[in-house]
Amino acid sequence: MNFETTIGLEVHVELKTNSKIFSPSPVQYGVDPNLNTNVIDWGYPGVLPSTNKGVVKSGIMAALALHAEVEKHPHFDRKNYFYPDNPKAYQITQKDTPDAHDGWIEIEVDGKKKKIGIEEMHIEEDAGKNTHGNKFSYVDLNRQGTPLIEIVSKPDIASPDEAYAYLEALRERILFTGISDVKMEEGSMRVDVNVSIRPYGQKEFGTKVELKNLNSFNYVRKGLAYEEKRQQRVIMAGGEIQQETRRFDETTGKTVLMRVKEGADDYRYFPEPDLPALDITDAWINEINDSMPEMPASRRQRYVNDFGLKDYDAMVLTQTKEMADFFDAMIKLGADPKMASNYLQVNVNAYLNDEQKDLSETEITPENLATMIKLIEDGTISSKMAKKVFKGITEGKEPKKFVEDNGMVQLSDPAQLQPIIDEVLSNNPQSVEDFHNGKDRAIGFLVGQIMKQTRGKANPQVVNKLLMASINK
Amino acid sequence: MDYLGKDIFSIHESLVNGDITAEELTRQTIENAKKNDEDINAFVVFDEENAIKQAQEIDKAGIDPDNVLSGIPVAMKDNMLTKGVLTSAGSKMLSNFKPIIDGTAVAKMKEAGTINIGKTNMDEFAMGGSTETSFHGKTKNPWNLDKVPGGSSGGAAAAVAAGDVLVSLGSDTGGSIRQPASFNGIVGMKPTYGRVSRWGLIAFASSLDQIGPLTRTVKDNAVVLNAIAGKDEHDMTSSNKEVPDFTANIDKGVKGMKIALPKEYLGEGVDKDVQDAILAAADKYRELGATVEEVSLPNSKYGVAAYYIIAPSEASSNLQRFDGIRYGYRAQDAKNLEELYVKSRSQGFGDEVKRRIMVGTYSLSAGFFDAYFKKAAEVRTLIIDDFKKVFQDYDVILTPTAPTPAYSLKDEKDPITMYMNDILTIPVNMAGLPGMSVPAGFSDGLPIGMQLIGKPFDESTLYQAAYAFEQNTDFHKQDPKMGGAQ
Amino acid sequence: MSEKISKETVSHVASLAKLELTDEQLPYFTDQLGSIMGIFDSLNDVDTSNVEPTFSVTDQINVMREDVADNWGQRDALLNNAPDVSDGLIRTPTIIDESGD
Repeated sequence: MNFETTIGLEVHVELKTNSKIFSPSPVQYGVDPNLNTNVIDWGYPGVLPSTNKGVVKSGIMAALALHAEVEKHPHFDRKNYFYPDNPKAYQITQKDTPDAHDGWIEIEVDGKKKKIGIEEMHIEEDAGKNTHGNKFSYVDLNRQGTPLIEIVSKPDIASPDEAYAYLEALRERILFTGISDVKMEEGSMRVDVNVSIRPYGQKEFGTKVELKNLNSFNYVRKGLAYEEKRQQRVIMAGGEIQQETRRFDETTGKTVLMRVKEGADDYRYFPEPDLPALDITDAWINEINDSMPEMPASRRQRYVNDFGLKDYDAMVLTQTKEMADFFDAMIKLGADPKMASNYLQVNVNAYLNDEQKDLSETEITPENLATMIKLIEDGTISSKMAKKVFKGITEGKEPKKFVEDNGMVQLSDPAQLQPIIDEVLSNNPQSVEDFHNGKDRAIGFLVGQIMKQTRGKANPQVVNKLLMASINK
Repeated sequence: MDYLGKDIFSIHESLVNGDITAEELTRQTIENAKKNDEDINAFVVFDEENAIKQAQEIDKAGIDPDNVLSGIPVAMKDNMLTKGVLTSAGSKMLSNFKPIIDGTAVAKMKEAGTINIGKTNMDEFAMGGSTETSFHGKTKNPWNLDKVPGGSSGGAAAAVAAGDVLVSLGSDTGGSIRQPASFNGIVGMKPTYGRVSRWGLIAFASSLDQIGPLTRTVKDNAVVLNAIAGKDEHDMTSSNKEVPDFTANIDKGVKGMKIALPKEYLGEGVDKDVQDAILAAADKYRELGATVEEVSLPNSKYGVAAYYIIAPSEASSNLQRFDGIRYGYRAQDAKNLEELYVKSRSQGFGDEVKRRIMVGTYSLSAGFFDAYFKKAAEVRTLIIDDFKKVFQDYDVILTPTAPTPAYSLKDEKDPITMYMNDILTIPVNMAGLPGMSVPAGFSDGLPIGMQLIGKPFDESTLYQAAYAFEQNTDFHKQDPKMGGAQ
Repeated sequence: MSEKISKETVSHVASLAKLELTDEQLPYFTDQLGSIMGIFDSLNDVDTSNVEPTFSVTDQINVMREDVADNWGQRDALLNNAPDVSDGLIRTPTIIDESGD
């Protein structure tokens, strides 16, 4: 029997707004327990939520990034359930009128392109955090009210590799809107996975199994691959898939049964009466659309077509929005694209790796780096000198001034170089003779002597030209 | 201080003239209220210390001659957050709850210079019409101690009627200001939904709740609404409509005013005495130059059914936060989380609250939403449309406030009978309209109230109509003789 | 929707609402809930096939707050009034059921 796999992904993305979705408390991590909480976050008696415009805007940005249709008249709904990290015992979310619907993103697997549909996406509040001890559990409400976007895929994903590619593409697009860090390891991107299989040709979907504890894209792919096989084995052996939740075990790479689902949860959704409905105007959507950052795929295309960069280089430059923005800024300042690309990928990345820093945490600016590249281009400094200048840049120094202050300007003036060359030639007649006898090596020696005389400041290209002219006279 | 026969303006004059200081007034007010409370139990708690401190500060700063509320003692319903002062919503669940903030209406009253002397008794979480479900015991009607004061703002109304204070703030979800006002022979206003911020009002049903003043006179009422109305950034449903001076046109009379008398509100179930009082009020209005005509509000009769789906549904969700974890009552003997939830809530809530939570939970549960909650919300639309139609041709609607005067404390009460008692006030909340109860008669020594209903945000016209009636009748001049009617 | 509510349903609803009904309370509440639900039957008489539901009567639409962070500094006061706290955290009996997470 041959099977086809259907995968559904629900991705939660945490937004990095200044304040929470329904309270002005700061959105901030790593602070003391409950520090960023107020009466609203505690679900205090008599308090009311207030909608953060920044969150609604982020929702629209995400919708635009995923080619989804923005809901013009959204309202919020209450999802009722008791849990200590859920202080009102209801979560404010959007059920009837999701923020946006019917989007898509393009993925590529084994050279084949495919569009994956997005069913809907909605904005909602995150819960606090429970930690568990022996006798007691503890509640920290700092995270309570952090804005989330939940993005629900259509059942278009047919393999673990496609799931992986979808998550990559989704992460990248969201990342480039700037609304979230989308880091799974930090919890700003969380993935819920549903998977079912059915024999080819069967109309109805198979029974869905939910997978938990998938803490990286790789685990999603591995967990799905295992689960695909497991379900096939069960069916081939004449068994039936039951609706259950399974946990992915990172050490064994297997999925383990957590619990069997008995009936649907009853969340008693109803429209949130404390928040007036919204009216999203076309004017606002257009305004947001006009200010949307360029998406990575489009940037890559531009880098390859307009600047002649290689696919690989374009890929590396668009790994983060920060890097791509930095690159674009350098080009705008007149830096040569290939040199800029090289410098970013080699020197800057090496520096970031060594320092364990993000670009934004360093002193490096597009202005300074572009200036340095122009100095290399016009021969003011050698690429060897550039290494020192780059070090200066990482310390916040302006390259032109740094070069001057350190007397690093390259000697390129023939009027200054010619007397030195003449002197070296007359002091080394043996080498001149060797050259004329066909020993090319001799040139290297002579250049070295000139460099020595100029303490390394001579421009090698100019020296070469002048030397060849003089020796062949 | 006994406030019978007085109003804000007369007390203000005494304060300005220096006949009495704010501190003396406050001390005497609390003393008198405490004495009365031995009979009526209108208060849950007195906040003597803060009240006197505040009065002293006002004396020090001097009474503001341009602000009639300066130095006036008032009382707050027990579901309104008062910083550092018990706010229990009449429930065991919050019997230890001292909020860390003031609600907006409470804060605005403070800013206006009034002095809160304490919290008034109420049905638990405002669910009831007789103030009998309070954790703090029943409140009695000052007109007849064998009768209920109405509810849920029963303490607020009884306190004003007994002369404890001139002003109390109540809340009204299905009639909880107007019905007790009616039972106590005083003036109670439920403003338009959104007129007064709900921030700091412990929610019963969010789409219906509204705070409003209970006072001895119409003009006092308008003065207080002036102080508490307006947009509040903490309540997104509060209206940004301009707040007029509600006293500005209060004495303009009703000449040419068009008053509608809906026949459905004077039908079966409404006491003969009550019907007569309303018909007499209609005649009085005609006499004063208004037109009074019969109209129909055919869908109002579905109001009770729709209300008792919508309000409990919202309440079931609003009251889920009372889980024993962050504040309020926590059961002591819970071994695990589930037990903590179940025991705290089962021990902390009374029967009426449990009933409504269960009705609401059921109405919202999977498979029933469309048949109950959504259906009720559709019927709500029809009720609103009825009002809209009538208000195309009329300025004010006149009805009884309650089908009967105050009933006996001793009567056996089944939920359905109690719910039906709200039949005349509920449609006003469903439509979010302003409605007020004004003294309009007596039946066996018990007050009868008439209800005036207005267009959205047209409280001014209601005050104008109510004032004209009050100035030409004597009902408001009669005072209870504390149990004298027995 | 006119059939009477059963004891089982009332039990289920109570458990959804985290309420405990004793053996004596269950028939009592079942009876009362049944008659309360009974008054809802009148809504069947109303034709609402072309009627939009009203979930709120606020006159406000599109009210939003600017995205400005403001810590109200209420943490200590909130913790001081909580029933049980430990090191800045709210303490609860141990959570056995993890399903809500």
